[in-house]
Amino acid sequence: MAVEILKEKYTGKVNTVTIGTGDKAMTVGGATALPFHSFEGEAGNRPMIAYEILDMPPEDSPAAQKEAWDAHWGDPAQWARYCQNELSAKAVALRLVSTDPDGKNAGPEDAAETVKKVLAAIDIPLIILGCFKEAKDGQVLKAAADAARGRNCLIGKAQEENYKTIAAAAISNGHKLIAFSNLDFNLSKQINILLTQTGFNINDIVIDPTASALGYGLEYTYSVIERIRAAGLVQNDAMMQPPMLLDLASVVWKVKEVKAGEDQLPEWGNVSERGTHWEASTAVSMLTAGAEILVMSSPKAVQAVEKTLDQLMK
Amino acid sequence: MALTGIEIFKHLPKTNCKDCGYPTCLAFAMKLAAKQASLDACPHASEEAKAFLGAASAPPVRKVVIGAGDAAWPLGEETVLFRHEKKFVNPCAYAIKISDNDPELAAKVKQIADFKVDRVGVHYGANMVAVHDSSGDGAAFSAAVKKVADAAPRLGIILMSRDAQRIGAALSACEGKKPLIYGAAKETLDQILPVVKGKASLVLSAGDLDELSAMAEKAAGSGVEDLILDPMPGNAREALERFTIMRRLAVKKNYKPFGYPLFMNAVHEDAQVEGALATLGTMKYASVIVLGALRSWEMLGLLTSRLNIYTDPQKPMQVDQKIYEMGTVNGDSPLIVTTNFALTYFIVAGEIENSKVPTRLAVQDVEGLSVLTAWAAGKFTAGKIAEFIKESGVEKQLTRKEVILPGYVAVLSGALEDKLGGEWKVVVGPREANQIPQFLKARAKG
Ligand code: B12
Ligand code: SF4
Repeated sequence: MAVEILKEKYTGKVNTVTIGTGDKAMTVGGATALPFHSFEGEAGNRPMIAYEILDMPPEDSPAAQKEAWDAHWGDPAQWARYCQNELSAKAVALRLVSTDPDGKNAGPEDAAETVKKVLAAIDIPLIILGCFKEAKDGQVLKAAADAARGRNCLIGKAQEENYKTIAAAAISNGHKLIAFSNLDFNLSKQINILLTQTGFNINDIVIDPTASALGYGLEYTYSVIERIRAAGLVQNDAMMQPPMLLDLASVVWKVKEVKAGEDQLPEWGNVSERGTHWEASTAVSMLTAGAEILVMSSPKAVQAVEKTLDQLMK
Repeated sequence: MALTGIEIFKHLPKTNCKDCGYPTCLAFAMKLAAKQASLDACPHASEEAKAFLGAASAPPVRKVVIGAGDAAWPLGEETVLFRHEKKFVNPCAYAIKISDNDPELAAKVKQIADFKVDRVGVHYGANMVAVHDSSGDGAAFSAAVKKVADAAPRLGIILMSRDAQRIGAALSACEGKKPLIYGAAKETLDQILPVVKGKASLVLSAGDLDELSAMAEKAAGSGVEDLILDPMPGNAREALERFTIMRRLAVKKNYKPFGYPLFMNAVHEDAQVEGALATLGTMKYASVIVLGALRSWEMLGLLTSRLNIYTDPQKPMQVDQKIYEMGTVNGDSPLIVTTNFALTYFIVAGEIENSKVPTRLAVQDVEGLSVLTAWAAGKFTAGKIAEFIKESGVEKQLTRKEVILPGYVAVLSGALEDKLGGEWKVVVGPREANQIPQFLKARAKG
């Protein structure tokens, strides 16, 4: 007896968003079915992984991070170039940590300078992330957007208190935008509605629904992503159709499981493999739920996820 | 799959005798459909009706228990496709593969049996040992199985062999252990069914879903119903696709031949890829996942993935109300309050650890809600915090009576100071936990 496969009828489609310029530009999204469900629709473009680079050396960092990036800390342009040329990165995500008002508090002009240098060093797409303090990000990302004019970057994160400034800067300089919301399906829709009300095109938005590391709320993120994707594809909710970005690097490398040495916790196993797995595993869960862009840090974890993606996109 | 009232009605006597307490058979059927009544209330229901409704009310995925006694590990009984709909029921099992002719078999089995990790107050271990008949020798296989059964009494056993005779002999070597047999293919099903019947659960393997469905019907028809299905995916996409197709048919169409737990062989030469594939299986419906070796880091990650995905979307995980001492505290160490939502606790505790500043963390029971949610729900109020702090007796251990509040509930600070009274001082901390290290370090410097 032949099994009658039950196919889901999707009415919506994940928007396609292109980042970068020239032949290194990347397009994500485009699926007309749940992630990798090519048996009942289009799988869309392959999800993209961007390497996180920082504009100043981190205060403290797990051993695996240090091992991978020590030589590049302090020179983001050279770091970005290394990712592009040596690691075959598809994209990089520059995090302007130095602008944090509670830290070094570098000004928007410094950030703009860094953005220019990084862009001069690469031709792959660039994601520009602020320090994640709403007021400061408004100023910094505006300056960064001006500095990156014409390079079709993805900038963010736009939040309730700063989205107007950032959206205006993105429009006038031709960039795409990350719309951030705090782990809540309705808030995620809300910020997209607010953005489109300013005249921002929904097709230029990427949703960041808040990343959580494995063991630290992963299930909340997982379920919010699954619900956003279902709303976009099954209910054809236009506000829930942008591709999703998960900023894993900002959450994974802070948790105890990637930091605690074997001397401390021998039963948790090799700390370097453990950290790699923690980031790769978080990534795979996010991809399964519906992520299109991942910001990651460990080259070994990226490699494992790319290999898994090779299989998933077959 | 849930039946409609009309479907149930067709099987009732249709006499409207009211003995069930409802005016008509149809009214009673509606109550049954809404699960607000039990068929027992109708004294006239036929055996056929009982059997039909019994089968229909059973979960769409059969419960299969691997192992016996301490080692019993229930699988299946799932009712939904997505975690946000309802809690996934029976956590998947991780099995470590080992060859019967591995010279280090004894040591490896001991390592698997002894393996234990504690994370956030939960004890974890591997769940099963999968013994593979690599030697091709029946006696060696049985001997290896016996060793595993004796050395790892708390773990389930998977007998990995495709040979009916070897399986039969090995089953005698682990009498009463209710192992899982891996397994039967189309060609060997007839020989293997009688061997395992009543003694073990069986994995059916076929890459073709029509074939797998037919095998499942045949096995169930012959009385072997404790089945696990292996659609033999050749890559991650096929795994996701076949698991989804099968589970969807089971859950949405009550398609019986696929109403069984699913099997995934995640073994991969690259351990990191294996970990990634096993994560995918954990998220998407696999119930038994076989790994190539015991690696502590991989187990820690997978067991955490499992813990995350098998949580109730309605009922948050909680930790106990108490004052947790982090590091070697003294009278000057800061006292921080937060809520007992497990996620909040882990994030805050993690950041305190990052700060390396010894700290007292007062975790208040608010039924597992986040700081803001608990505040909005009226469970994290000045009165309740003050009561908790006072009753804890922490006062006596402090040289300066100071308590640090989460930044999000800064509005509580005045009221809390009043309620605590005396020399108590309330300090408002930052909003986000990632600013805690900076905050604590600055405070320590004075
Ligand atoms: C998930 C969620 C829920 C879940 C509950 C999950 C849970 N276990 O708490 C559910 C759906 C049940 C829920 C219900 C409600 N919710 Co609610 N919910 C949320 C949501 C989306 C996320 C909460 C969360 O998990 N945060 C993550 C945890 C880790 O955060 P946290 O506990 O605050 O901890 C952080 C910080 O506070 C800090 N921290 C913690 N402790 C300490 C200590 C110190 C000293 C320091 C320095 C820092 C610190 O560290 C953590 C990380 O930075 C928020 C929106 C949001 N994005 O915050 C709304 C939110 C909290 N909910 C809200 C409301 C109003 C409610 C309801 C009253 C009504 C409603 N609208 O549904 C009910 C009340 C529940 C009840 N029982 O009556 C509002 C609160 C509004 C306000 N400002 O008062 C929010 C902000 C949403 C909104 N914008 O409207 N909610
Ligand atoms: S007791 Fe049975 S037969 Fe009588 S009305 Fe109720 S359902 Fe119908």
